[in-house]
Amino acid sequence: MDSTKDNNESNKLLASVDWFTVLLYLVLVVAGAISIYAATTNSLAQTSIFDFNTYSGKQFLWIGLSFVIGFSLLLIDRRMYEGYAYLIYIIMIVILIATAFLAPNIKGSHSWLRFGPVSLQPAEFAKTTTALALAKLFSTYGFKLGHWRTYIVPVAIILIPVFCILLESETGSALVYLSLIFVLYREGMSGFVLYAILAAVSFFVVMLKFADQMIMGIPMGSFIVLTCVMISIVLMLFLYCRAMIPGRNVAIGYIASTLGVWGLSALGVNVNGYAFFFTVIPLSIVYLLIAMFRESNINRILITIAFAVISIIFMFSVNAVFNNVLQPHQQNRIKIALGMMEDVKDKGYNVNQSKIAIGSGGLTGKGFLQGTQTKLNYVPEQHTDFIYCTIGEEEGFMGTSIVLLLFLILILRVIAIAERQHTAFGRVYAYCVAAILIFHVTINIGMVIGLVPVIGIPLPFFSYGGSSLWSFTIMLFILLRIDAARAEYGTW
Amino acid sequence: MRKDYNLEKRKFVIGGFIVAIIAIYLWKLYDLQVTSNEYSQIAVSNARSVKITHPSRGQIYDRNGNLVVYNEPAYDLVLTPKDVTEFDTTTMCKILQLKREDFDLLWKNMSDPKKNRNYSAVTPQPLVQNLDSLTYGRLQEILYRFPGFDIAQRVIRRYNYVSAANILGDIREVNADDIARDSDKYYLPGDYTGDLGVEKSYEKYLRGTKGKEILVRDARGRIKGRYNDGKDDVAPVAGKDLQLSIDMDLQQFGEKIMRGKKGAIVAIEPKTGEVLALVTSPCYDPALLVGKDRGKNYTDLVNDPNKPLFDRSIMAAYPPGSTFKPSQGLMFLQEGIVNTSTSYPCSHGYINRGLKIGCHGHGSPIALHPAIATSCNGYFCWGLYYMLNNKKYGGLENSFTLWKDYMVSMGFGYKLNIDLPSESRGFIPNAQFYNKMIGEGKWGANTILSIAIGQGEVMLTPLQIANLGATIANRGYFITPHVVKNIRDVGILEQYTVQHHTKVNSEYYNEIVTGMRMAVTGGTCRGANLPGLDVCGKTGTVQNPHGQDHSVFMGFAPKDDPKIAICVYVENAGFGAKVAVPLGAMVMERYLRGYSDEIEERANKWSGDSWMEQTQNKPSEATQAQQPTTTASNTPQRNNKPLDNNPESEKAIVVNPIRFISTSRHGLYKG
Repeated sequence: MDSTKDNNESNKLLASVDWFTVLLYLVLVVAGAISIYAATTNSLAQTSIFDFNTYSGKQFLWIGLSFVIGFSLLLIDRRMYEGYAYLIYIIMIVILIATAFLAPNIKGSHSWLRFGPVSLQPAEFAKTTTALALAKLFSTYGFKLGHWRTYIVPVAIILIPVFCILLESETGSALVYLSLIFVLYREGMSGFVLYAILAAVSFFVVMLKFADQMIMGIPMGSFIVLTCVMISIVLMLFLYCRAMIPGRNVAIGYIASTLGVWGLSALGVNVNGYAFFFTVIPLSIVYLLIAMFRESNINRILITIAFAVISIIFMFSVNAVFNNVLQPHQQNRIKIALGMMEDVKDKGYNVNQSKIAIGSGGLTGKGFLQGTQTKLNYVPEQHTDFIYCTIGEEEGFMGTSIVLLLFLILILRVIAIAERQHTAFGRVYAYCVAAILIFHVTINIGMVIGLVPVIGIPLPFFSYGGSSLWSFTIMLFILLRIDAARAEYGTW
Repeated sequence: MRKDYNLEKRKFVIGGFIVAIIAIYLWKLYDLQVTSNEYSQIAVSNARSVKITHPSRGQIYDRNGNLVVYNEPAYDLVLTPKDVTEFDTTTMCKILQLKREDFDLLWKNMSDPKKNRNYSAVTPQPLVQNLDSLTYGRLQEILYRFPGFDIAQRVIRRYNYVSAANILGDIREVNADDIARDSDKYYLPGDYTGDLGVEKSYEKYLRGTKGKEILVRDARGRIKGRYNDGKDDVAPVAGKDLQLSIDMDLQQFGEKIMRGKKGAIVAIEPKTGEVLALVTSPCYDPALLVGKDRGKNYTDLVNDPNKPLFDRSIMAAYPPGSTFKPSQGLMFLQEGIVNTSTSYPCSHGYINRGLKIGCHGHGSPIALHPAIATSCNGYFCWGLYYMLNNKKYGGLENSFTLWKDYMVSMGFGYKLNIDLPSESRGFIPNAQFYNKMIGEGKWGANTILSIAIGQGEVMLTPLQIANLGATIANRGYFITPHVVKNIRDVGILEQYTVQHHTKVNSEYYNEIVTGMRMAVTGGTCRGANLPGLDVCGKTGTVQNPHGQDHSVFMGFAPKDDPKIAICVYVENAGFGAKVAVPLGAMVMERYLRGYSDEIEERANKWSGDSWMEQTQNKPSEATQAQQPTTTASNTPQRNNKPLDNNPESEKAIVVNPIRFISTSRHGLYKG
């Protein structure tokens, strides 16, 4: 191997790096540092954006180091990532557990490790290592999701760091791993799981939000959920089971009984909601259990029935779960996000102030450094989790929408990169990156604009902090390195 | 490895998911930022703190440029209870020079919502008011050790004279009513406004315009600096200084000679309508209504039976008595009821169809000039009798309405609109009034005739009487009396420059002047005959049911170039000639000749209670001394009372029953 070949290789590598993603990355991190400057500098005592005593100055230092890390990662042989994926994963799990016991208590969580002047949060980096391990698993020869036993290992790989991070009391960071469900879905998990999760979240929200209104003698929430269950049964019979005749019969039965109840109430006889639903739905299930033997797809009909039964059980357990499993501050955050609680002074303060800051920005914003709400500390955590507020206040709707679209482009680009990978390792790793970005962007921005309960996770590339920036840099540049190797398979 | 193209389609589900999320967020952001205005308004009120900057209130000078009212900063120790942490009470007490118990008491009073009605834990509460400069200085040095404590600066009004409280007035904190009534929306709780006197009537000029500083404050309410570098700040505009028309020397002189009496002195410069002195007695020290004792002092003044807050010079409506007669003479001349040679009989009074209005000894029949000089009741009763019954007017109501119109043209019956609050309009009856009181068709000239001699229903304020003097001095017009000569940068208000001409021609005024001059040289006002000053005057002695007669003098001087017109009204002091004439003469002399030791000495004799001895050492007073008992009620004996023969006396004994109805109805003055 002479130097010419090395040069050739590195030239080839540089040529095949996805420069578009690198450009997006650069735009996002620089915009992030400028926003941090805007959020933390006081226009009355202006300091340089690069002053190392300020958050923005430090962030530029983090950015500079990120570039070093990023390009170092590009120089490492792609096979190293695949080869050492499990080892790195295990080392990270050890670090996570150690952190939980060694780290000092900072705002109730034990997740920060101090290295001299630098504090790092291992949980941030664990996302990358978990993604690598998952990718490695899927690239194992012959591994394919199918039988339920095949789910044990991937789910374990995802859940082990989750438990470790929960041990550190970092609920927000732990929740991020739930996004990897998208990866499993892409790799063959039944779409029904996503559908069930969507249904569960919807039912949960509906049950809580409409708990106080009554209809037909039962809570409005239960009424909506049970109606949705009935509609779901019919739709699943038609679209999922392709069982046209039972579907038609069940639909006719539902419509007839609904009209019957309607007629009765017009005559002055009020039927109790539960009496109605728990007569009609079990009857339809009994019918399906009998009718399914004439159909070709017994399994899917059974899944449909299971969906209905589990939905009803879930419905009745929502209140118990909400009141007993969740901690009070979590309950409040959910209530505030659902608009059930207006507590602008205390528990809802953060979100209310962040909405005020964003809302006051208008179409074009107040102008760079002209924001008052973020600069005057009205918005808490303005340079970390609530950094999006500063953009909203100073750059207005123009700024917020541009940032949102930049993230959308980045995520779609990562999905595109995933699909052009020749290896399962590359593809799965890329989908992990996409899923984690989706989760962070959805939750962070949703929280800042009051659509999602407050969950303390940073906005990728924007929020102040070395751990967050470095972990996303590492995650993205490993992807770029793996992607750049596609040239090596060029004619494969 | 081969790709599973079925699974690859799932990228659309994942991609679609994030596209949907971003779309929802964009919609929500558009709603938050572009559609809704609500948040930007909250943001503004969140982060901006508007601090009102108060202008300095205008100062007040007298007509000679002497400073009368000025501003002085006062310092209070205030504290915001919420921000106060444990502090060194011993040091604090030492600096404030208070005993620990006293300090604790102050603290208790401050924090007791019953005693301190403005108590709030989050706003500064006054603990110690009006710190002296030494304490202020010491506190400033150590204040940093006492979080929550602060020194608040106020401006308080200071008075250079213990005088003229009725003119100057005072300022007080606005109340809820003031704020509700304020159409300009200028006042905010805690602001001060003029309460009485020119402080009230010239409030808009004196107060200036508040400025504002827009400050930027952070989430904890800490001020971080100026908004927009102070470009949107508005500087306060200082209030305008006032120059009074009042001569403070004369005002003090007037107050001195009125000491121990109840009543008023009004002195006007006829040419300009400027009030030179506006004395009410008893009066009070204007400084009483400043500072922390204001509330208590105010209550004391309100409860004082002598009603010092009641400005008798403009608020009291008195029967004018004989000082009213010139107005009747003027009207008779203008209407041709009399000319200077018309004489009416007066044999100890007016006697006609069963009505007798008594008079005192003088020649009879009598013409206008001597009638004024001797203050003949009969002459003016006959004059009014003939006027009201004159056929040319077409009936009593018409002629009486004409009478009323004359009186109104002379400034009676309505407020003159002096630039002071709460002026009384006095009372001039009209035909409807008598129709209502006595009954339509049931009253005639004789029924109401006592109004001709300023008794009966007629009520004037001392200001209106003085204004009559000024009108006569001007030979037929007056300028609305006013106490403010000049507002800095504004000048005088236009309404105080207009000449109001009465319904009587100027030439007839000369006849009245002649009569009033005769009164001084050889009639009832001889006590005002100041050599070289050509005083013209008219006395009045007013019967009233509250005790001794009121003593009145109306006059002006010098005759041909009048510099001062005056009314002196002393309640229950007896004959006009005894008290009001010498007092009026002294005021005119003091004004026209200036300060002299001699006149001050003379004034001192009148000051306080000693004046009573001076007036009561004459034997003729013996009968008068009994007067209160009989005038107090409508008793039949009054008709039989012997008439007074004293040539200086001009008291009317009126048999008119209405008079007593009216006095009991209206009271002689309110208060």
